[in-house]
This record gives sequence, structure tokens and C-alpha cells, in this order.
Amino acid sequence: MSVNGPSVPRPQPAPAPAAGTSAVEAAAGKKEHGGAASSQLRRAVVVGGNRIPFARTGGAYTKSSNQDMLTAALDGLIARFGLQDERIGEVAAGAVLKHSRDFNLTREAVLGSALSAETPAYDLQQACATGLETVLGLANKIKLGQIDSAIAGGVDSASDAPIAVSEGLREVLLDLNRAKTVSRKLQVLSRLRPKDLAPDAPNTGEPRTGLSMGEHQALTTAQWKITREAQDELAFNSHRHLAAAYDAGFFDDLLTPYRGLSRDSNLRADTSLEKLATLKPVFGKNLGAAATMTAGNSTPLTDGASTVLLASEEWADAHDLPKLATIVDGEAAAVDFVHGKDGLLMAPAFAVPRLLARHNLTLADFDFFEVHEAFAGTVLSTLAAWEDEEFGRTRLGLDGAFGSIDRTKLNVNGSSLAAGHPFAATGGRIVASLAKMLHAQGQVNGRPARGLVSICAAGGQGVVAILEAL
Amino acid sequence: MSDKYTRFVSHGLGKDIAKRLGLPQPVALRRHEPGRPLIEGPVLVQGSTSGADDLAATLLAWNLDVRRHAIPKEKLGAIILVLDELAHPGDLEKPVLTAAASLRDLAPNARVITVSRTADSATEPAAAAARQGVDGLLRSLAKELRAGATGNGVLLADGARTTSPATLGALRFFLSGRSAFVDGQFLTVSSGAGQLPDDVEKPLAGKVAVVTGAARGIGAAIARTLYRDGATLILVDIPAAGDHLAEVANEVHGTALQLDISRNDAGQRIIDHAATRHGRLDILIHNAGITRDKLLANMDAGRWNSVIAVNIAAQLRINEALLASEHFGDAPRIVSVASTSGIAGNRGQTNYAASKAGVIGMVRATAALIGERGGSINAVAPGFIETEMTARIPFATREVARRLNSLQQGGQPGDVAEAIAFLASDAAGGISGEVLRVCGQNLVGA
Repeated sequence: MSVNGPSVPRPQPAPAPAAGTSAVEAAAGKKEHGGAASSQLRRAVVVGGNRIPFARTGGAYTKSSNQDMLTAALDGLIARFGLQDERIGEVAAGAVLKHSRDFNLTREAVLGSALSAETPAYDLQQACATGLETVLGLANKIKLGQIDSAIAGGVDSASDAPIAVSEGLREVLLDLNRAKTVSRKLQVLSRLRPKDLAPDAPNTGEPRTGLSMGEHQALTTAQWKITREAQDELAFNSHRHLAAAYDAGFFDDLLTPYRGLSRDSNLRADTSLEKLATLKPVFGKNLGAAATMTAGNSTPLTDGASTVLLASEEWADAHDLPKLATIVDGEAAAVDFVHGKDGLLMAPAFAVPRLLARHNLTLADFDFFEVHEAFAGTVLSTLAAWEDEEFGRTRLGLDGAFGSIDRTKLNVNGSSLAAGHPFAATGGRIVASLAKMLHAQGQVNGRPARGLVSICAAGGQGVVAILEAL
Repeated sequence: MSDKYTRFVSHGLGKDIAKRLGLPQPVALRRHEPGRPLIEGPVLVQGSTSGADDLAATLLAWNLDVRRHAIPKEKLGAIILVLDELAHPGDLEKPVLTAAASLRDLAPNARVITVSRTADSATEPAAAAARQGVDGLLRSLAKELRAGATGNGVLLADGARTTSPATLGALRFFLSGRSAFVDGQFLTVSSGAGQLPDDVEKPLAGKVAVVTGAARGIGAAIARTLYRDGATLILVDIPAAGDHLAEVANEVHGTALQLDISRNDAGQRIIDHAATRHGRLDILIHNAGITRDKLLANMDAGRWNSVIAVNIAAQLRINEALLASEHFGDAPRIVSVASTSGIAGNRGQTNYAASKAGVIGMVRATAALIGERGGSINAVAPGFIETEMTARIPFATREVARRLNSLQQGGQPGDVAEAIAFLASDAAGGISGEVLRVCGQNLVGA
């Protein structure tokens, strides 16, 4: 997996229009000498976002379905930007834990919202990367001119999770449905055993390893020798930064209260390093002294939904809407965690170097890093890998280490450890917040402020993206 | 909010019982519905001045059924008593007693409206006495009217005529169901400014309006009324009320701006939002307010300061920002929600009453400033209004509070909204620095 020698040819990035061309796009355009076709690509901009506060599972949203929450997040977005009865080009969202009846979750949410009923929608699922992938997919459609406006989103409820019947019961029920005669029906029913009646609850375990995500990360955390103190500090900073952002009114135009919550219920503004240090490890307990992952430095199961309004510049202008940032580019990666080659959540460690190489950028060229905190150990393992010469040479095909980031630019308004992580909703949370930060920052050293999003996902996957200020 | 008593005494056995026992007999008030006529039944224009003639001609042009002389036994929709040339209290007798003969012919929910001149603009003591006399006359008459009928007055300052736009605007408002819960009140027309709407059903067409505290109660009613009247809306409320705010915004096709108005930059953020989305702002409705009741002896700094900060300091700061902005319309209008507590006082509400009386002072002082840019500022002081807040008052206290006015019932949030929508319209352009009570002529504070 070499950065400089991708095995599959990649589509060329879109050179921006001459006016306001960013450094990234100009450099990329020059390097790739974009042809006639790509010169027709236009920019996809983030207009804004809306999410509902994230709630710890079993809390405020226990009785809310995915559809309820996604509809609420959509309605808040519609209210913020005056999109009532508007026909949006397309809405894409998804959920990781999804009932089979929700096969058209996003379209149903659109129909229940204040949008025009003529707004098309589709569902998408890529584990925890779902939200970011909806942003990238819709941004591409906007860049291609297929649509002018879009809403990307995601929702998840671990409270209202689907519970399946056992395989035994399911087979009996299906056969029963096919049975024509009473005697045949009785015959089918006679196959039923008491153990078949136990429900099959969902879990976050990896089907191919049987290990939970936390146990997987515990192995990676130990492999990269991430200390308990470093993880607790990251968690502490996440809470501190998120609380400060709320106090400063940062979320006033990013969030709409829901069911009595106006802040994320996982946020502990009063937490301290001392309190975090008292928590007992919950993952990797068989590792002995290397067990460092606690409930404090791991993200809890959470319920919530988020949305992001994307548009072409023309559409945003025609609707007198703000333009916060552009979606420059994205990249997905996957690792072979099944055979232990890489840690389950390490795919972003490969996706980011590939994406940055495509744009002639280094980590030093970014002003904000939004690295999803599935676990404090995930973020720190990824940063450690980038700073590791051996990893850089052998796994990334570089001359040495990929690089290190300025930690003061990391998750400056808090991230998942404090806010919580309703799987598919995290991408929308990050993109909307980052776009707002970038817009506020404006220009840096004569170029637009630049932000990197990195999200790890189950199945050994990861999706990353670059945004630039407008 | 339901008023079971009013429904009980409105017909059948309940009506009979109330009559026999001499209990209050509130009636269902006539309220404005789009498409309905301004007023049902003939309008008697009483008075023999040229001002009365001009006014009658204008009302005829509105296709109203105008009478210059009463026809005995004919039910009247309204009596407009034009008293614009009083020189001596003795001049009151003829027009007043002539009108008195028609009072028994008033239909339910009828209107009596006086049109006279402001006393303080009179130079002769006798003229001032006569003009001030109208005040006592009208307020007493309003208390005598029954069955949902109300009495209100238009006062003309120097420079205003019986057919000035704002005089006609105020007359339309008082005649209509929009003023259902306004009783015993005067509005002063101070200039010939203002303009009647092209479409009477959409008096706010093309206007961009901000309503603070719009997530629920009176604020949500204001949003709905302004939307009905054609305005484009920006709705503001604290971030914690954002879910209700979004619901109202989606209902009225507006935008939701989650903002704590007591923040220092609130005015600028309102202007920025309006300028970005609509290029300008025409109307600002200061509705957001809080109560933190406590007897003054038990008052703490937290309760006192939060009420002052939200109810008046925020309004002052936002006004300053808007008046300094090039984006605040050609004929900008500000309407503030005051309170009868700020006029008559209320036990346990020293902080609230101070803030609301402060609103009244602010409105009077700002009139000159906003007048320089062709705009106007006014306040509306609600009395007992049926809201979630007043529904929490203990039953007995609430029953007494809602019957203690000439209409013997509480007002609806929409009644306050109607008064605000009128004062925010160009038809009220010649009215500024005024405080209009929407209280059903509450015995307290009126």
C-alpha cells in the first residue's frame, strides 16, 4: 500500500474556477493538468448544519426511533435556513443499527419533514463513516452538476435498536408462511425448540473476529504503547473543549434541542484528570498492566442525528444562504484487521496520507484536525503511526515518518469522547462544526483555512476528507 | 387555553343561571378572520364637523354601510363619534347625547369609537377641558358596553386629521375583530405619516420582521399573525427553546435564529442574519421577556438582574444596533411588549414592573430617534392573557384575574399579536411613542 503508487488510477480532482482558486485546488489542478471534462466540475459548499443533542443510550431519546430523530434534525435544519416546501436535489442519510422496516428511512424522514414531498432521498450505510460518506457522495453529485442542493445526514439509536429473532425461529416462521396445509404447518412448528425463542440482540462485535470494537482497539492501543495518562488527557480535553464551545454559543446555529436536551448528555463539564484516573479499565483486561481503556476514555453508546446542507455556489447565492466551506476531496481506506496486519480502526492512518499526497499537502498545511474519537486510543494510535518512521517506511512507502500534527489544532471544540457517538450521525456533526470553524478562521497565510476530517469505522474501514474555508 | 366559564354562560341553562344570579356574562369575542368583512352592520358616523363629513366619505369608499343619522331600532355595527372641534365642555352634550340614543341598538361585539383631539395641544383651558373630557367619557362608556362591544378612541395631535392615514388605520383596527380585547383605550395619531395597505388582508406584504421570544405563547402568536398578514419572518429565541422555535418557524415559513438576546452582540447578529437572508430588516418585535417574581424584601441580585437584562437592557442594546444599521428599512418599525404590571404595578413583581415600565420609557424616548429615519416605535401592554404561563396561576386567583375587566374574560395570545401587527404596519406610521393596552379594560392599571 504505497502512497505514491496507488494500484488503481484515481479520478482527478476538480480544479476550481479561476477566481478564488485555493492553493490546494490550484496545486492539484496544475499537477494533474485537469482536462476538459474535469474543468466543468464546480464547487460543493457547506451551507450549514443541524443536529440534535446526542444522548447517552437509555436516556432522553429511549423512546425515539431513528426516523423520529432524523426528522427532528431535518426540521431544525429547514427552520434554520427557511427551506420549508423547498425541493432539495437529494437527501442522503443512514443508520448503522437499522430496523428492516426502515428500508427507506431517509425518504420517510423527508416525507415527515417540512421539505417538499418531491425531494428524493436514499439510504447509505458504511458503519461509522456513514455520515461522512453521505457528505462526500452528495458533494460529488453537486460537483458534477447532477444536483444543486443536498442534505447529508445520519442517525443512530442504540436505545431503540432492532432485535432479531433467532435463526431457528426465523427459518420456522418463513417455512410456516410457505406451508399450505394444516398438517404441514404443524409439522413445521414441531421443529421449534425453546432455545429458538431467545432473541438475537445486536452487538458491536466484529463478525469475523468475534471481538468487540473496544477489545480490538485495546490491542491496537497496547501495540502503539499509548499510555493511560495520554488517553485520559485526550478525553479531558474533549470534555473541556466541548463545554467551552457550548458556553461560547458555538452550537447556537449548529444544534436544535430535542426532547428536553439542549446539550449532549454525555458532556461532563466538571470532569478532571483526577476523576478520569480513578476509573477501572473496561477493555483489554486480559492485557494486565497494558489495560488502559476505561469508560472515561472510550465513547459510550449514544443516540442522535445530524444533518448538513450542501449546495452549489449558485444555489446558495440564489437562496441568499451562507457559504462556509468547500468539500475539497475525500478518500476511503480499509485494513486487513482480520489477520492482525493492522488494528481494526487504523484505516485512516492510510487514507489520510493517500489523500494528502493527491493534493501535495502535508499535515503542516492544516489549521484544524477533526479526528473522530471512537476511543482516545484510536486517535493516539493513529497519530503515533504517523509519527513512526518504521510505519512510514514499511506501511506507507515513504522515506520516513508521515508527520505529526500540532495538537492545539486537534478537535478544538471537543469530539466524540465528550459529545458521544451515534454512529452514522458523527460525520454530519463534524462536517458542520468544521465548516463553521473554517469560515470563522477565513484566510491563513494568504490561503483559505483548511481542515482535515478523519473517521474510523467498523470492518477495518476509514473515510477522510479535506474542507477549505470560504 | 380554555375558559370553561365563558362557554358555560354563553348559552342554554348556564346563560339563564348567570343572568338570574347577576354573574359575569362574558361572550365569545368577534375576532379577525381573513376574508370576513371589517364589521357587520351599519356604521353610524356621529358629528357635524367637516372632519366627520370627510371621514364618512372615506368609510363609504370602503364599502361600509355608513349612516349619518340613526334609524330607530336598526342594529348598528359601530358608532363613530367625531368630536374634533370641541372648544368647551358644553360642546359635548349634543353629539354625545345623540349617540347615547343609539347605544341600545348596538349589535353584539359592536364598536364605539371617538375621534377627538389631544388635550395637551389645546391652548385654551376650556378647549383642553373639553378634549380631556372625552377621555373620561370614553373610558366610562366602555365599562357600560355589554356583549363584547368595546369603546376606544383616536386622538389627533396637531398635524393629524380625521382622514390621515394613521387615523384611518387606527379606525380600521378598532372597528375590526383585530381589536377584540382592546377596550377603553386611546391611540394618538401624531402626524400624517403612514400609508394604508394596497391589500387589506396582507398589510405586511413584502416586510421582513424579527420576533423575539417566538418559540411559544404570545411570541408564537405574533409570528403566526405577522405571517398571515404577509410578513417574511425571522424568529428568535434562546437556544434551549430551539425545538419549539423550529416548529413555529416551519409553520410560518420563516427562519429560526437561536440567540440569547441578552448577549452583547445580539443586535448585530439579528442584523447580520436579516441582511444575509433578506437584504434588510423592516420590523422588530421585542417580545422576549422573563419573570422572576419575589417580594422586594426577599429579592436577590440574580432575580433582579436577569429580569432587567432580558426585558429592557437587551431591548435598548438591540435598538441601538439596529438604529445604527443601514439595513434597518426605510420606514423601520419597532413594537415592544410592555405589561400592565409596568403601568399599575403588581405585588411580587417589582423587578418585572421596573423592566416593563422601563420599556414604556424607552419607547417614548426612542420615538424621536426612529422618527428621524421615517420610522415608528410603540409598545403593547397585555393584561390577563390566556397562556401556558397564566394557566399555572392557582384556579381562584386566575378566575378573579380574568374576570376583572370590562369584557369579563382573559385575552388570547392572538389579541396581543393583532395589536402588534397593526402597530408594525405602515397604516400605523403616524402613531409613535404610544403604549396600547390589550387588557379588555382591566380594572387594574387602566
